[in-house]
Amino acid sequence: MTSTPTTARAGDSLTESPARKVSVFLSQHARVRLGLLLSAPLFWLGLVYIAALAALLITAFWTVDSFTGQVQTTWTLDNIITVLTGSLYQTVTLRTVGVALLVTIVDILVALPIAFFMAKVASPRLQRILVIAVLMPLWASYLVKVYAWRSVLSQGGIAEWIAQPFGGSSPGYGLPATIITLAYLWLPYVILPIYAGLERVPNSLLEASSDLGAKTWRTLGSVVLPMLWPAIIAGSIFSFSLSLGDYITVNIVGGANQLLGNLVYTNVGAANNLPLAAAIALIPIAIMVVYLTAARRTGALNNL
Amino acid sequence: MTSATPAIRLTGLTKTFGSVNAVDQLDLEIGEGEFFSMLGPSGSGKTTVLRLIAGFELPTSGTVELQGVDVTHRAPFDRDVNTVFQDYALFPHMTVLENVAYGLRVRGVGRAERAERAEAALASVALAGFGGRKPSQLSGGQRQRVALARATVVQPKVLLLDEPLGALDLKLREQMQVELKELQRSLGITFIFVTHDQEEALTLSDRIAVFNHGHIEQLGTPTEIYEAPSSPFVASFVGTSNIFDPSEAERMLGRTSTVSIRPEKIALHTPASKPAAGTVSLPGTISEVIYLGTSTRILVELEGGKRLTVLEQNASSRSALDRRGEMVHARFASADLVALEPVAA
Repeated sequence: MTSTPTTARAGDSLTESPARKVSVFLSQHARVRLGLLLSAPLFWLGLVYIAALAALLITAFWTVDSFTGQVQTTWTLDNIITVLTGSLYQTVTLRTVGVALLVTIVDILVALPIAFFMAKVASPRLQRILVIAVLMPLWASYLVKVYAWRSVLSQGGIAEWIAQPFGGSSPGYGLPATIITLAYLWLPYVILPIYAGLERVPNSLLEASSDLGAKTWRTLGSVVLPMLWPAIIAGSIFSFSLSLGDYITVNIVGGANQLLGNLVYTNVGAANNLPLAAAIALIPIAIMVVYLTAARRTGALNNL
Repeated sequence: MTSATPAIRLTGLTKTFGSVNAVDQLDLEIGEGEFFSMLGPSGSGKTTVLRLIAGFELPTSGTVELQGVDVTHRAPFDRDVNTVFQDYALFPHMTVLENVAYGLRVRGVGRAERAERAEAALASVALAGFGGRKPSQLSGGQRQRVALARATVVQPKVLLLDEPLGALDLKLREQMQVELKELQRSLGITFIFVTHDQEEALTLSDRIAVFNHGHIEQLGTPTEIYEAPSSPFVASFVGTSNIFDPSEAERMLGRTSTVSIRPEKIALHTPASKPAAGTVSLPGTISEVIYLGTSTRILVELEGGKRLTVLEQNASSRSALDRRGEMVHARFASADLVALEPVAA
């Protein structure tokens, strides 16, 4: 180029540049564009996500040489049968599902009024503050939060201090403590979808219901809840599935109780039986498939 | 007003949002069976008044009476008024029939009776047979009718309509205007209609209240509002007006106060012709010609710089466009001039 101060016309210099050529090529070839856009996420989803799950599924059908502790790639249904028929696994599965259900119910009951206040009552300023407040616990480490609950529930802890004047006592360590702690951990994941769902219910619908003669509870039952159903299901999927897989919380505040996660953990570690661990891990997956199918039946997933 | 108890009586009604007086010391009586419009630009307080009557807002001060009964502090579900919302507010998870029957269901009307009454209400808005659909499967005009059916099936004493035709296209809007008027006649109840569309208000109403800054600028029949606007605001908001401020009025018309003249009352003549007795004749030049189909809007720049808008009916097919730059005399009967109250403050 010469050193003349007048620059070349923008159009001229652009036709030269390779970046422009690529752009022109891409804008003319929609399929190439789509391919480039999707290849990276599809690679991630396919390899890292689906492949890992498939590996788990396959491992469950293998076995372990009890003498050497080596995984043998001979096909067998033994692990699946053990998991399905063993009374230990049945008990722990029922206990885990019970805990997950109770955690979900507690979370929904706590989240509904909080989300309603955030979406329909609070001023826009307070709304922003509350969203941040709900998200804030997620900034802290999971372990720290669980140990905080351990201290709250401990002998002479805050729970006891609060409950004693009313003649109560701290629930101590055990399944109630596990449910309380898990409900606390997953609460943001339940509040946020319900809050988002309520945001999508226009105020005019609440006014219309009241205008037509419905009192507050009637409006909540006939208008708000039915419209909120998909959001509640979405929130419950989080709290239910996260509870099904948890083993750290129950270790820290659950006393001697075991959940499915603990069985997986001991089978991978102490027992060194990866195939059995994989078979146990299939239980929560199967439960979630049933849960999602049931949710689908209600039509709740159509509106997500 | 008539001696009978009015359907709605508002006394000293005030609503403050923060430091803004949305409604300021409003006194208003709306008669039984009246089609009453509240007309005004956005932010003039007309919708707030509607919401105060419905009970969605509580007034800062003042009272709302419904057929002589003070309902100021009653919840919306305890008031015998129903609302047609601007966005229709149909319940998306219910069918059309369930929507219409909702008010009856809430009142504990039996299943058979409420289905029958809801069907009848749907038939009255020409939607018989649509009961099984979801609101999302209906067009805008149909949703509008469902909202009307839902609000009228519970037989309110007063129906409140919050810009119900705003979202419809022009053709449909004109059709719905006729249907609204017919519905109001057949039901015989009071309609309170909020709109920012002056033409809609003029077409539909028995009486109109023109709102501005939270108070009523003028209250009267459509003819009174259009023919005798009381203030420059009403004159320019309802229809088009050529307004002469006091100094212009004195210089050109020999009047001492603000006056206005409607564009259709002005005729354009050649300078050579003689003005009739009692007419004002103002010389000027045509600066712009806008063809409107049935009529033509002509802007005339008068000597001295004042611009006049003139509306001429298109009787002949003569092209008006080439009249730009033509010297004309704008003439109108001085009796057609309307004196306006001077602008306060």
